[in-house]
Amino acid sequence: MLNTKNKKIVLIDSDGRRVDGRRPDEMRDIKIKVGILENADGSAYVEQGNTKIYAAVYGPREVHPRHLALPDRAIVRCRYHMTPFSVEERKSPAPTRREIELSKVIREALTPAIVVEQFPFSSIDVFVEVINADGSTRCASIVAASVALASAGIPMRDLVAACSIGKVDSVLVLDVTDIEDKYGEVDLPFAMMPNRGEITLLQLDGVLRLEELEKAISMATKACKEIYEKQKKALKEKYVELRKAIIEGGKT
Amino acid sequence: MPIYVKDWDIVVPGEVLAEGEYIAGPYVYKDGNKLMAMAIGIVECKKEVIKVVPLQGPYIPKVGDVIIGIVVDYSPTTYILDINSSYKAILQASEIIPPQRNVLAEDLAKYLDVGDAVICKVVRFDKYSDVMLTCKGKDLGKITEGRLIKVNPAKIPRLIGRKGSMINLIKKETECKIVVGQNGFIWIKGKDSNSEALAEKAIRKIDEEAHISGLTQRIQLMLQLEKGG
Repeated sequence: MLNTKNKKIVLIDSDGRRVDGRRPDEMRDIKIKVGILENADGSAYVEQGNTKIYAAVYGPREVHPRHLALPDRAIVRCRYHMTPFSVEERKSPAPTRREIELSKVIREALTPAIVVEQFPFSSIDVFVEVINADGSTRCASIVAASVALASAGIPMRDLVAACSIGKVDSVLVLDVTDIEDKYGEVDLPFAMMPNRGEITLLQLDGVLRLEELEKAISMATKACKEIYEKQKKALKEKYVELRKAIIEGGKT
Repeated sequence: MPIYVKDWDIVVPGEVLAEGEYIAGPYVYKDGNKLMAMAIGIVECKKEVIKVVPLQGPYIPKVGDVIIGIVVDYSPTTYILDINSSYKAILQASEIIPPQRNVLAEDLAKYLDVGDAVICKVVRFDKYSDVMLTCKGKDLGKITEGRLIKVNPAKIPRLIGRKGSMINLIKKETECKIVVGQNGFIWIKGKDSNSEALAEKAIRKIDEEAHISGLTQRIQLMLQLEKGG
């Protein structure tokens, strides 16, 4: 464990390695599973290091309360929630200020990708549940939610991939963990539509110089493209495997 | 004009399918010069047109569709039906109640109760009103026997097949009466429960394997094997 009582916490060692042994531009392993929740129209599970997230999508469905419905497009609603056991000290299950804000942030990162005009008077509801939090939860939530939306068959312009950039001990790092977030200098969550090259989320907590910001965005863009490939693979897996099994079974 | 995909490829939203002078079919959109997929599905290229047949997705009502709805509520003159869509559907009580009777004087639950399934046709669907249904016509009306199953509405075109080839095959092999609702509900009525079960099994297989070529042969083989054994 890190001794936080010491004055200085070393987040980057003399070899240039981070607390968990990664290089600054290295991501944690990402595992994406699709269709794990039976009752949802679409669902996904994302594991990024110790960050574990479930996302469920319902809809398009009737809007309740009805006065929220829009005559020209569907509304997108999102609920980001952390389970009480997801963090070190028990968190009250009631929605906190932070969770309400993140729900909005995730919703706004996803909405540009969804073709909402196809479903007037409907709602698309996204539920994100954080099972274990170890940094970058909003980014992993966006990754999970966009896969869940696609698996529900909701028309989308592109998938949304997301990752975070941090600055610890004056070094820009990719995919920050909880400890780097708490004791680092900067946290920059970033989401984009990789094929269209559009950024849908960019937040900055801390101070960066202009060159650093440019470098951070280029690092994040590269990482998002990698994440996108994993999202694509996870979505296709179910169908490709069944097809393979049948074609091989037919031969023998 | 490069094209990056071939027939039967599985694509996800945002995948670039082609560049240049192609025409975007259903579930494909044009972003400048690029054609991109809009849903998870299978690619179909016919000459200049590239389309994606979705593997998943909600039912969007279309005028003229035969659908099966379930009564969820009724008011003095109308029934409200759940049609497995984000819109609810309205069926006028005068469609069900004999014309010589006064609709307002009748107890609507006597004709259709909550939970009853009805085969209907969509007569009106626009942005400004609920889906309007009719159940006057051949093969339309309340379901009283047989079994009702639900499949993914995106797979209905495959279940029907080209000019009804697939559904006719199942009907012929199992000797069942089958009504396919475009909204994913399917009604099966056979001479006994075994043939109904066989038809249901075939339909479930199509629901699962619709994206793999050679489906008709596999279904035919399965039906003949099951019938023989």
